[in-house]
Amino acid sequence: MRARTAIVAGAVALVLAGCGAAEPGSGVTGTVTVFAAASLTGSFDRIGRDFEAAHPGSTVVFNFAGSSALATQITEGAPADVFASAAPQNMTGVDSDGTPVVFARNQLVVAVPAGNPEGVRSLADLTRPGLKVALCAEQVPCGSAARRALDVAGVTLTPVTLETDVRGALAKVRLGEVDAALVYRTDTRAAASDVTTVEFPESARAVNDYPIAALADAPNPAAARAFVAHVRSAGSQSVLTEAGFQTP
Amino acid sequence: MTPIARPARRPEGARRLRGARRGAGGVPVALLLPALLGLAFLALPLAGLLARTPWSTLPQRLTEPGVLAALRLSLLTATLATLLCLLLGVPLAWLLARVEFPGRRLVRALVTVPLVLPPVVGGVALLLVFGRRGLIGDWLDRLFGITLPFTTTGVVLAEAFVAMPFLVIAVEGALRGADRRYEEAAATLGAGRWTTFTHVTVPLVAPGLAAGAVLCWARALGEFGATITFAGNYPGRTQTMPLAVYLALETDVEAAIVLSLILLVVSVVILAGLRDRWVSTP
Repeated sequence: MRARTAIVAGAVALVLAGCGAAEPGSGVTGTVTVFAAASLTGSFDRIGRDFEAAHPGSTVVFNFAGSSALATQITEGAPADVFASAAPQNMTGVDSDGTPVVFARNQLVVAVPAGNPEGVRSLADLTRPGLKVALCAEQVPCGSAARRALDVAGVTLTPVTLETDVRGALAKVRLGEVDAALVYRTDTRAAASDVTTVEFPESARAVNDYPIAALADAPNPAAARAFVAHVRSAGSQSVLTEAGFQTP
Repeated sequence: MTPIARPARRPEGARRLRGARRGAGGVPVALLLPALLGLAFLALPLAGLLARTPWSTLPQRLTEPGVLAALRLSLLTATLATLLCLLLGVPLAWLLARVEFPGRRLVRALVTVPLVLPPVVGGVALLLVFGRRGLIGDWLDRLFGITLPFTTTGVVLAEAFVAMPFLVIAVEGALRGADRRYEEAAATLGAGRWTTFTHVTVPLVAPGLAAGAVLCWARALGEFGATITFAGNYPGRTQTMPLAVYLALETDVEAAIVLSLILLVVSVVILAGLRDRWVSTP
Protein backbone atom coordinates (compact mmCIF):
# COMPACT_ATOMS: atom_id res chain seq x y z
CA MET A 1 0.00 0.00 0.00
CA ARG A 2 2.74 2.41 1.02
CA ALA A 3 4.76 1.62 -2.09
CA ARG A 4 1.84 2.20 -4.42
CA THR A 5 1.07 5.50 -2.75
CA ALA A 6 4.64 6.62 -3.15
CA ILE A 7 4.55 5.89 -6.86
CA VAL A 8 1.27 7.70 -7.39
CA ALA A 9 2.40 10.89 -5.68
CA GLY A 10 6.16 10.74 -6.01
CA ALA A 11 6.85 14.36 -5.18
CA VAL A 12 5.08 14.33 -1.83
CA ALA A 13 6.65 10.99 -1.02
CA LEU A 14 10.08 12.49 -1.64
CA VAL A 15 9.36 15.24 0.85
CA LEU A 16 8.27 12.62 3.35
CA ALA A 17 11.36 10.51 2.73
CA GLY A 18 13.58 13.58 3.12
CA CYS A 19 12.38 14.79 6.47
CA GLY A 20 10.18 11.93 7.56
CA ALA A 21 12.04 9.32 9.60
CA ALA A 22 8.67 8.53 11.15
CA GLU A 23 8.68 5.52 13.43
CA PRO A 24 5.10 4.36 13.90
CA GLY A 25 4.30 3.44 17.47
CA SER A 26 7.13 5.47 19.00
CA GLY A 27 4.93 8.47 19.88
CA VAL A 28 4.57 11.70 17.97
CA THR A 29 7.61 12.42 15.84
CA GLY A 30 8.31 12.90 12.16
CA THR A 31 6.18 14.57 9.58
CA VAL A 32 2.42 14.89 9.76
CA THR A 33 0.92 15.80 6.40
CA VAL A 34 -2.33 17.75 6.74
CA PHE A 35 -4.65 18.31 3.78
CA ALA A 36 -6.82 21.26 4.77
CA ALA A 37 -9.49 23.44 3.16
CA ALA A 38 -8.11 26.72 1.79
CA SER A 39 -10.31 28.73 4.20
CA LEU A 40 -8.32 27.27 7.11
CA THR A 41 -4.97 28.60 5.85
CA GLY A 42 -4.28 31.34 8.42
CA SER A 43 -5.65 29.50 11.45
CA PHE A 44 -4.00 26.18 10.65
CA ASP A 45 -0.60 27.79 10.09
CA ARG A 46 -0.78 28.97 13.71
CA ILE A 47 -2.24 25.70 14.98
CA GLY A 48 0.52 23.79 13.16
CA ARG A 49 3.26 25.87 14.79
CA ASP A 50 1.66 25.26 18.21
CA PHE A 51 1.62 21.52 17.47
CA GLU A 52 5.31 21.47 16.54
CA ALA A 53 6.11 23.35 19.75
CA ALA A 54 4.11 20.87 21.82
CA HIS A 55 5.68 17.84 20.10
CA PRO A 56 9.42 18.38 19.60
CA GLY A 57 10.73 16.35 16.69
CA SER A 58 7.54 16.70 14.72
CA THR A 59 6.99 18.69 11.54
CA VAL A 60 3.60 19.70 10.14
CA VAL A 61 3.32 19.95 6.37
CA PHE A 62 0.16 21.54 4.94
CA ASN A 63 -1.51 21.14 1.59
CA PHE A 64 -4.18 23.85 1.36
CA ALA A 65 -6.68 23.70 -1.51
CA GLY A 66 -10.38 23.41 -2.23
CA SER A 67 -11.94 20.57 -0.22
CA SER A 68 -13.11 18.68 -3.32
CA ALA A 69 -9.69 18.83 -4.94
CA LEU A 70 -8.12 17.56 -1.70
CA ALA A 71 -10.62 14.70 -1.46
CA THR A 72 -9.78 13.70 -5.05
CA GLN A 73 -6.05 13.80 -4.30
CA ILE A 74 -6.55 11.60 -1.25
CA THR A 75 -8.71 9.02 -3.04
CA GLU A 76 -6.17 8.99 -5.90
CA GLY A 77 -3.48 7.99 -3.42
CA ALA A 78 -1.75 11.13 -2.14
CA PRO A 79 -0.02 10.26 1.16
CA ALA A 80 -1.94 12.38 3.69
CA ASP A 81 -2.25 11.86 7.46
CA VAL A 82 -5.10 14.24 8.25
CA PHE A 83 -7.93 15.73 6.19
CA ALA A 84 -9.77 18.86 7.36
CA SER A 85 -12.62 19.63 4.96
CA ALA A 86 -14.85 22.71 4.62
CA ALA A 87 -17.90 20.49 4.06
CA PRO A 88 -19.02 17.05 5.28
CA GLN A 89 -19.88 15.81 1.77
CA ASN A 90 -16.20 15.86 0.77
CA MET A 91 -15.46 13.44 3.63
CA THR A 92 -17.62 10.70 2.16
CA GLY A 93 -15.53 8.49 -0.07
CA VAL A 94 -12.38 9.24 1.90
CA ASP A 95 -11.27 6.35 4.15
CA SER A 96 -10.86 7.82 7.59
CA ASP A 97 -9.54 6.28 10.79
CA GLY A 98 -12.71 6.62 12.89
CA THR A 99 -15.66 8.95 12.36
CA PRO A 100 -14.86 12.51 11.23
CA VAL A 101 -15.65 15.12 13.89
CA VAL A 102 -16.87 18.68 13.33
CA PHE A 103 -14.29 21.09 14.78
CA ALA A 104 -15.47 24.43 13.36
CA ARG A 105 -18.37 26.11 11.62
CA ASN A 106 -18.34 28.94 9.13
CA GLN A 107 -21.20 31.32 8.48
CA LEU A 108 -22.01 33.33 5.38
CA VAL A 109 -21.96 37.11 5.33
CA VAL A 110 -22.32 39.72 2.61
CA ALA A 111 -19.01 41.30 1.69
CA VAL A 112 -19.24 44.80 0.22
CA PRO A 113 -16.48 47.31 -0.68
CA ALA A 114 -15.09 49.21 2.33
CA GLY A 115 -17.62 51.69 3.75
CA ASN A 116 -20.55 49.95 2.01
CA PRO A 117 -21.04 52.60 -0.73
CA GLU A 118 -24.26 50.99 -2.02
CA GLY A 119 -25.83 50.85 1.45
CA VAL A 120 -26.48 47.08 1.45
CA ARG A 121 -28.35 46.07 4.64
CA SER A 122 -29.94 42.73 3.85
CA LEU A 123 -30.05 39.83 1.40
CA ALA A 124 -33.08 41.44 -0.29
CA ASP A 125 -30.97 44.54 -1.06
CA LEU A 126 -28.86 42.37 -3.34
CA THR A 127 -31.70 42.12 -5.84
CA ARG A 128 -31.62 45.86 -6.49
CA PRO A 129 -31.35 46.55 -10.26
CA GLY A 130 -27.87 47.47 -11.41
CA LEU A 131 -26.22 45.97 -8.35
CA LYS A 132 -23.54 43.49 -9.39
CA VAL A 133 -23.34 40.42 -7.13
CA ALA A 134 -20.86 37.54 -7.12
CA LEU A 135 -21.82 34.15 -5.70
CA CYS A 136 -19.93 30.85 -5.52
CA ALA A 137 -21.02 28.12 -7.92
CA GLU A 138 -23.34 25.59 -6.27
CA GLN A 139 -20.78 22.83 -6.83
CA VAL A 140 -18.52 24.32 -4.14
CA PRO A 141 -19.42 24.61 -0.43
CA CYS A 142 -19.81 28.40 -0.27
CA GLY A 143 -22.16 28.17 -3.26
CA SER A 144 -24.41 25.50 -1.77
CA ALA A 145 -24.52 27.47 1.50
CA ALA A 146 -25.47 30.61 -0.44
CA ARG A 147 -28.25 28.67 -2.22
CA ARG A 148 -29.66 27.55 1.16
CA ALA A 149 -29.52 31.07 2.60
CA LEU A 150 -31.24 32.60 -0.44
CA ASP A 151 -33.91 29.91 -0.38
CA VAL A 152 -34.57 30.47 3.33
CA ALA A 153 -34.82 34.23 2.75
CA GLY A 154 -37.03 33.73 -0.31
CA VAL A 155 -34.70 35.92 -2.33
CA THR A 156 -34.10 35.34 -6.04
CA LEU A 157 -31.15 37.16 -7.49
CA THR A 158 -29.17 37.02 -10.70
CA PRO A 159 -25.44 37.15 -9.99
CA VAL A 160 -23.00 38.36 -12.63
CA THR A 161 -20.66 35.46 -11.90
CA LEU A 162 -20.61 32.10 -10.11
CA GLU A 163 -17.06 31.87 -8.84
CA THR A 164 -15.24 28.56 -8.49
CA ASP A 165 -14.15 29.31 -4.92
CA VAL A 166 -14.91 31.76 -2.15
CA ARG A 167 -11.61 33.63 -2.55
CA GLY A 168 -12.51 34.36 -6.18
CA ALA A 169 -15.80 35.91 -5.10
CA LEU A 170 -14.07 38.00 -2.43
CA ALA A 171 -11.36 39.12 -4.87
CA LYS A 172 -14.03 40.53 -7.19
CA VAL A 173 -15.29 42.69 -4.29
CA ARG A 174 -11.79 43.81 -3.35
CA LEU A 175 -11.10 44.83 -6.95
CA GLY A 176 -14.40 46.74 -7.09
CA GLU A 177 -15.71 44.65 -9.99
CA VAL A 178 -18.84 43.64 -8.05
CA ASP A 179 -20.83 45.54 -5.41
CA ALA A 180 -21.38 42.55 -3.13
CA ALA A 181 -20.55 38.87 -2.70
CA LEU A 182 -21.72 36.12 -0.39
CA VAL A 183 -18.63 34.78 1.37
CA TYR A 184 -17.63 33.35 4.75
CA ARG A 185 -17.20 35.54 7.78
CA THR A 186 -13.61 34.29 8.13
CA ASP A 187 -12.81 35.59 4.66
CA THR A 188 -14.07 39.12 5.31
CA ARG A 189 -12.22 39.19 8.62
CA ALA A 190 -8.96 38.43 6.83
CA ALA A 191 -9.70 41.20 4.29
CA ALA A 192 -11.02 43.77 6.76
CA SER A 193 -9.07 46.70 5.25
CA ASP A 194 -10.76 46.31 1.84
CA VAL A 195 -14.24 45.05 2.60
CA THR A 196 -17.07 45.71 5.02
CA THR A 197 -19.10 42.84 6.44
CA VAL A 198 -22.90 42.86 6.39
CA GLU A 199 -24.42 40.13 8.57
CA PHE A 200 -27.85 38.73 7.73
CA PRO A 201 -30.09 36.56 9.92
CA GLU A 202 -30.78 33.88 7.29
CA SER A 203 -27.11 32.83 7.38
CA ALA A 204 -27.84 30.95 10.61
CA ARG A 205 -29.63 28.42 8.40
CA ALA A 206 -26.71 28.09 6.01
CA VAL A 207 -23.79 27.25 8.26
CA ASN A 208 -21.00 25.05 6.90
CA ASP A 209 -19.60 22.34 9.16
CA TYR A 210 -15.85 21.64 9.00
CA PRO A 211 -15.08 17.97 9.77
CA ILE A 212 -11.60 16.63 10.50
CA ALA A 213 -10.31 13.04 10.48
CA ALA A 214 -7.10 11.04 10.68
CA LEU A 215 -6.91 8.97 7.49
CA ALA A 216 -6.98 5.16 7.32
CA ASP A 217 -3.89 5.09 5.07
CA ALA A 218 -1.98 7.68 7.12
CA PRO A 219 1.78 7.14 6.78
CA ASN A 220 2.16 8.50 10.34
CA PRO A 221 -0.97 7.32 12.22
CA ALA A 222 0.15 8.31 15.74
CA ALA A 223 0.92 11.87 14.67
CA ALA A 224 -2.31 11.99 12.66
CA ARG A 225 -4.41 11.16 15.74
CA ALA A 226 -2.40 13.60 17.87
CA PHE A 227 -2.97 16.40 15.35
CA VAL A 228 -6.73 15.83 15.29
CA ALA A 229 -6.80 15.95 19.11
CA HIS A 230 -4.69 19.12 19.02
CA VAL A 231 -7.15 20.86 16.64
CA ARG A 232 -9.99 20.07 19.08
CA SER A 233 -8.05 21.41 22.10
CA ALA A 234 -9.11 24.65 23.80
CA GLY A 235 -6.06 26.55 22.50
CA SER A 236 -6.73 25.67 18.86
CA GLN A 237 -10.43 26.34 19.22
CA SER A 238 -9.70 29.89 20.40
CA VAL A 239 -7.40 30.41 17.40
CA LEU A 240 -10.33 29.40 15.20
CA THR A 241 -12.87 31.68 16.92
CA GLU A 242 -10.42 34.56 16.62
CA ALA A 243 -10.38 33.99 12.86
CA GLY A 244 -14.18 34.21 12.75
CA PHE A 245 -15.14 30.55 12.96
CA GLN A 246 -17.79 29.28 15.30
CA THR A 247 -16.74 26.27 17.34
CA PRO A 248 -18.95 23.40 18.45
CA MET B 1 43.75 29.44 -57.98
CA THR B 2 40.23 30.24 -56.93
CA PRO B 3 38.47 28.81 -60.02
CA ILE B 4 40.20 25.47 -59.39
CA ALA B 5 39.42 25.41 -55.68
CA ARG B 6 35.70 25.92 -56.24
CA PRO B 7 34.90 22.74 -58.22
CA ALA B 8 37.12 20.80 -55.82
CA ARG B 9 34.63 21.47 -53.03
CA ARG B 10 31.75 19.78 -54.77
CA PRO B 11 32.59 16.10 -54.20
CA GLU B 12 33.37 16.94 -50.58
CA GLY B 13 29.89 18.41 -50.15
CA ALA B 14 28.31 15.38 -51.81
CA ARG B 15 30.22 13.07 -49.49
CA ARG B 16 28.96 15.01 -46.49
CA LEU B 17 25.40 14.70 -47.75
CA ARG B 18 25.73 10.92 -48.11
CA GLY B 19 27.11 10.75 -44.57
CA ALA B 20 24.11 12.66 -43.27
CA ARG B 21 21.77 10.25 -45.02
CA ARG B 22 23.48 7.26 -43.49
CA GLY B 23 23.23 8.88 -40.02
CA ALA B 24 19.49 9.38 -40.38
CA GLY B 25 19.05 5.67 -41.18
CA GLY B 26 20.53 4.32 -37.96
CA VAL B 27 19.05 6.18 -35.01
CA PRO B 28 21.34 6.13 -31.96
CA VAL B 29 19.75 4.45 -28.93
CA ALA B 30 20.89 7.36 -26.75
CA LEU B 31 18.44 9.57 -28.65
CA LEU B 32 15.72 7.07 -29.37
CA LEU B 33 15.12 6.05 -25.76
CA PRO B 34 14.57 9.53 -24.30
CA ALA B 35 12.55 10.43 -27.39
CA LEU B 36 10.17 7.53 -26.79
CA LEU B 37 9.98 8.37 -23.08
CA GLY B 38 9.16 11.94 -24.00
CA LEU B 39 6.42 10.76 -26.31
CA ALA B 40 5.00 8.47 -23.63
CA PHE B 41 5.08 11.31 -21.11
CA LEU B 42 2.99 13.51 -23.42
CA ALA B 43 0.66 10.79 -24.67
CA LEU B 44 -0.01 8.79 -21.48
CA PRO B 45 -2.16 11.44 -19.73
CA LEU B 46 -4.35 11.50 -22.83
CA ALA B 47 -4.54 7.69 -22.75
CA GLY B 48 -5.46 7.93 -19.06
CA LEU B 49 -8.37 10.18 -19.96
CA LEU B 50 -9.59 7.66 -22.52
CA ALA B 51 -9.16 4.76 -20.10
CA ARG B 52 -11.35 6.42 -17.47
CA THR B 53 -14.03 7.69 -19.85
CA PRO B 54 -17.50 6.38 -18.89
CA TRP B 55 -18.39 5.22 -22.40
CA SER B 56 -21.80 3.77 -21.45
CA THR B 57 -23.19 7.06 -20.15
CA LEU B 58 -21.31 9.18 -22.69
CA PRO B 59 -24.19 9.94 -25.11
CA GLN B 60 -26.55 11.16 -22.42
CA ARG B 61 -23.81 13.25 -20.75
CA LEU B 62 -22.89 14.87 -24.04
CA THR B 63 -26.43 16.09 -24.61
CA GLU B 64 -26.86 17.68 -21.18
CA PRO B 65 -27.92 21.30 -21.74
CA GLY B 66 -25.08 22.70 -19.62
CA VAL B 67 -22.48 20.83 -21.67
CA LEU B 68 -23.90 21.99 -24.98
CA ALA B 69 -24.15 25.59 -23.77
CA ALA B 70 -20.52 25.56 -22.64
CA LEU B 71 -19.36 23.94 -25.89
CA ARG B 72 -21.32 26.41 -28.00
CA LEU B 73 -19.92 29.35 -26.04
CA SER B 74 -16.39 27.96 -26.31
CA LEU B 75 -16.59 27.54 -30.08
CA LEU B 76 -18.14 31.00 -30.51
CA THR B 77 -15.68 32.87 -28.29
CA ALA B 78 -12.61 31.05 -29.67
CA THR B 79 -13.69 31.93 -33.21
CA LEU B 80 -14.37 35.59 -32.34
CA ALA B 81 -11.05 35.78 -30.48
CA THR B 82 -9.26 34.38 -33.55
CA LEU B 83 -10.94 36.96 -35.80
CA LEU B 84 -9.85 39.71 -33.41
CA CYS B 85 -6.32 38.30 -33.41
CA LEU B 86 -6.26 38.21 -37.23
CA LEU B 87 -7.48 41.79 -37.39
CA LEU B 88 -4.85 43.09 -34.99
CA GLY B 89 -2.17 40.42 -35.11
CA VAL B 90 -1.46 40.25 -38.85
CA PRO B 91 -0.65 43.98 -39.13
CA LEU B 92 1.45 43.66 -35.98
CA ALA B 93 3.36 40.70 -37.46
CA TRP B 94 3.88 42.65 -40.70
CA LEU B 95 5.22 45.59 -38.73
CA LEU B 96 7.66 43.36 -36.87
CA ALA B 97 8.82 41.55 -40.00
CA ARG B 98 9.05 44.39 -42.49
CA VAL B 99 9.64 47.69 -40.74
CA GLU B 100 12.85 48.72 -39.02
CA PHE B 101 11.98 50.91 -36.06
CA PRO B 102 13.67 51.74 -32.78
CA GLY B 103 12.70 49.35 -29.98
CA ARG B 104 11.58 46.61 -32.35
CA ARG B 105 13.23 43.90 -30.23
CA LEU B 106 11.43 45.20 -27.16
CA VAL B 107 8.10 45.21 -29.01
CA ARG B 108 8.68 41.63 -30.16
CA ALA B 109 9.43 40.61 -26.56
CA LEU B 110 6.26 42.35 -25.36
CA VAL B 111 4.18 40.58 -27.99
CA THR B 112 5.35 37.18 -26.77
CA VAL B 113 4.93 37.92 -23.04
CA PRO B 114 1.42 36.35 -22.86
CA LEU B 115 3.03 33.07 -24.00
CA VAL B 116 4.96 32.71 -20.77
CA LEU B 117 2.78 34.79 -18.44
CA PRO B 118 0.57 32.70 -16.13
CA PRO B 119 -2.93 33.21 -17.60
CA VAL B 120 -4.27 34.23 -14.17
CA VAL B 121 -1.81 37.13 -14.20
CA GLY B 122 -3.12 38.04 -17.64
CA GLY B 123 -6.64 38.05 -16.19
CA VAL B 124 -5.61 40.31 -13.32
CA ALA B 125 -3.87 42.66 -15.75
CA LEU B 126 -6.97 42.78 -17.96
CA LEU B 127 -9.10 43.61 -14.91
CA LEU B 128 -6.77 46.48 -14.01
CA VAL B 129 -7.20 47.93 -17.52
CA PHE B 130 -10.70 46.96 -18.63
CA GLY B 131 -12.31 46.33 -15.22
CA ARG B 132 -14.89 48.67 -13.74
CA ARG B 133 -12.15 50.64 -11.96
CA GLY B 134 -9.49 49.98 -14.60
CA LEU B 135 -7.57 52.52 -16.66
CA ILE B 136 -9.90 52.22 -19.66
CA GLY B 137 -12.79 50.35 -18.06
CA ASP B 138 -13.56 53.17 -15.61
CA TRP B 139 -13.90 55.58 -18.54
CA LEU B 140 -15.99 53.10 -20.59
CA ASP B 141 -18.28 52.59 -17.60
CA ARG B 142 -18.83 56.27 -16.85
CA LEU B 143 -19.20 57.53 -20.43
CA PHE B 144 -20.98 54.64 -22.13
CA GLY B 145 -22.17 52.39 -19.30
CA ILE B 146 -20.12 49.54 -20.79
CA THR B 147 -18.57 46.96 -18.46
CA LEU B 148 -16.48 44.20 -19.96
CA PRO B 149 -15.93 41.80 -17.04
CA PHE B 150 -18.63 39.12 -16.69
CA THR B 151 -19.64 39.44 -20.36
CA THR B 152 -19.05 37.24 -23.39
CA THR B 153 -17.02 40.12 -24.82
CA GLY B 154 -14.81 39.79 -21.75
CA VAL B 155 -14.24 36.10 -22.55
CA VAL B 156 -13.25 37.00 -26.13
CA LEU B 157 -10.79 39.63 -24.84
CA ALA B 158 -9.23 37.20 -22.34
CA GLU B 159 -8.85 34.51 -25.00
CA ALA B 160 -7.45 36.93 -27.58
CA PHE B 161 -4.90 38.24 -25.07
CA VAL B 162 -3.56 34.77 -24.42
CA ALA B 163 -3.80 33.44 -28.00
CA MET B 164 -2.60 36.40 -30.09
CA PRO B 165 1.16 35.67 -29.72
CA PHE B 166 0.67 32.30 -31.44
CA LEU B 167 -0.70 34.06 -34.50
CA VAL B 168 1.82 36.89 -34.51
CA ILE B 169 4.81 34.55 -34.22
CA ALA B 170 3.56 32.24 -37.00
CA VAL B 171 2.76 35.09 -39.38
CA GLU B 172 5.97 36.97 -38.65
CA GLY B 173 7.98 33.81 -39.35
CA ALA B 174 6.12 33.27 -42.61
CA LEU B 175 6.69 36.90 -43.66
CA ARG B 176 10.42 36.67 -42.95
CA GLY B 177 10.65 33.46 -44.97
CA ALA B 178 8.68 34.82 -47.93
CA ASP B 179 10.50 35.90 -51.08
CA ARG B 180 10.36 39.68 -51.14
CA ARG B 181 11.09 39.86 -54.88
CA TYR B 182 7.40 39.23 -55.63
CA GLU B 183 6.44 42.28 -53.59
CA GLU B 184 9.14 44.34 -55.30
CA ALA B 185 7.94 43.17 -58.72
CA ALA B 186 4.37 44.14 -57.82
CA ALA B 187 5.58 47.56 -56.74
CA THR B 188 7.52 48.13 -59.96
CA LEU B 189 4.40 47.13 -61.92
CA GLY B 190 2.58 50.00 -60.24
CA ALA B 191 0.74 48.31 -57.37
CA GLY B 192 0.22 50.49 -54.30
CA ARG B 193 1.44 49.34 -50.87
CA TRP B 194 -2.01 48.20 -49.76
CA THR B 195 -2.67 46.34 -53.03
CA THR B 196 0.74 44.70 -52.78
CA PHE B 197 -0.03 43.61 -49.21
CA THR B 198 -3.50 42.20 -49.97
CA HIS B 199 -2.77 40.71 -53.43
CA VAL B 200 0.83 39.55 -53.09
CA THR B 201 2.01 39.37 -49.47
CA VAL B 202 -1.07 37.76 -47.90
CA PRO B 203 -1.41 34.95 -50.54
CA LEU B 204 2.34 34.37 -50.25
CA VAL B 205 2.16 33.71 -46.49
CA ALA B 206 -1.28 32.06 -46.57
CA PRO B 207 -0.09 28.68 -45.20
CA GLY B 208 1.66 30.35 -42.28
CA LEU B 209 -1.35 32.56 -41.71
CA ALA B 210 -3.68 29.55 -41.65
CA ALA B 211 -1.39 27.64 -39.30
CA GLY B 212 -1.15 30.62 -36.97
CA ALA B 213 -4.91 31.15 -37.00
CA VAL B 214 -5.66 27.51 -36.19
CA LEU B 215 -3.10 27.42 -33.40
CA CYS B 216 -4.52 30.69 -32.06
CA TRP B 217 -8.03 29.22 -32.18
CA ALA B 218 -6.96 26.05 -30.38
CA ARG B 219 -5.22 28.06 -27.65
CA ALA B 220 -8.29 30.30 -27.24
CA LEU B 221 -10.48 27.21 -26.94
CA GLY B 222 -8.41 25.91 -24.03
CA GLU B 223 -8.09 29.21 -22.17
CA PHE B 224 -8.97 28.99 -18.47
CA GLY B 225 -7.00 31.24 -16.12
CA ALA B 226 -7.51 34.62 -17.75
CA THR B 227 -11.16 33.83 -18.45
CA ILE B 228 -12.10 32.86 -14.89
CA THR B 229 -10.21 35.88 -13.52
CA PHE B 230 -11.42 38.51 -15.97
CA ALA B 231 -14.78 37.26 -17.24
CA GLY B 232 -15.92 35.15 -14.29
CA ASN B 233 -18.09 32.08 -14.60
CA TYR B 234 -21.74 32.30 -15.59
CA PRO B 235 -23.47 29.49 -17.50
CA GLY B 236 -24.36 30.46 -21.06
CA ARG B 237 -22.56 33.80 -20.88
CA THR B 238 -19.00 33.29 -19.68
CA GLN B 239 -18.77 29.62 -18.70
CA THR B 240 -16.57 28.07 -21.40
CA MET B 241 -15.65 24.38 -21.57
CA PRO B 242 -12.46 24.59 -19.46
CA LEU B 243 -14.43 26.36 -16.70
CA ALA B 244 -17.15 23.73 -16.90
CA VAL B 245 -14.48 21.01 -16.56
CA TYR B 246 -13.05 22.67 -13.46
CA LEU B 247 -16.45 22.97 -11.77
CA ALA B 248 -17.56 19.48 -12.78
CA LEU B 249 -14.49 18.13 -10.99
CA GLU B 250 -15.90 19.50 -7.73
CA THR B 251 -18.93 17.24 -7.80
CA ASP B 252 -18.69 14.64 -10.55
CA VAL B 253 -15.35 13.38 -11.80
CA GLU B 254 -16.97 11.42 -14.64
CA ALA B 255 -18.62 14.56 -15.98
CA ALA B 256 -15.25 16.31 -15.87
CA ILE B 257 -13.68 13.43 -17.81
CA VAL B 258 -16.38 13.60 -20.48
CA LEU B 259 -15.96 17.36 -20.89
CA SER B 260 -12.18 16.96 -21.03
CA LEU B 261 -12.58 14.28 -23.69
CA ILE B 262 -14.59 16.64 -25.91
CA LEU B 263 -11.91 19.32 -25.66
CA LEU B 264 -9.23 16.72 -26.37
CA VAL B 265 -11.01 15.41 -29.47
CA VAL B 266 -11.62 18.92 -30.83
CA SER B 267 -7.97 19.89 -30.25
CA VAL B 268 -6.53 16.73 -31.80
CA VAL B 269 -8.77 16.95 -34.87
CA ILE B 270 -7.79 20.57 -35.42
CA LEU B 271 -4.07 20.05 -34.91
CA ALA B 272 -3.95 16.85 -37.00
CA GLY B 273 -5.70 18.67 -39.82
CA LEU B 274 -3.12 21.41 -39.48
CA ARG B 275 -0.04 19.20 -39.88
CA ASP B 276 0.32 19.45 -43.66
CA ARG B 277 -0.04 23.19 -43.70
CA TRP B 278 2.42 23.42 -40.84
CA VAL B 279 5.02 21.44 -42.76
CA SER B 280 4.60 23.51 -45.92
CA THR B 281 5.03 26.77 -43.99
CA PRO B 282 7.93 28.64 -45.60
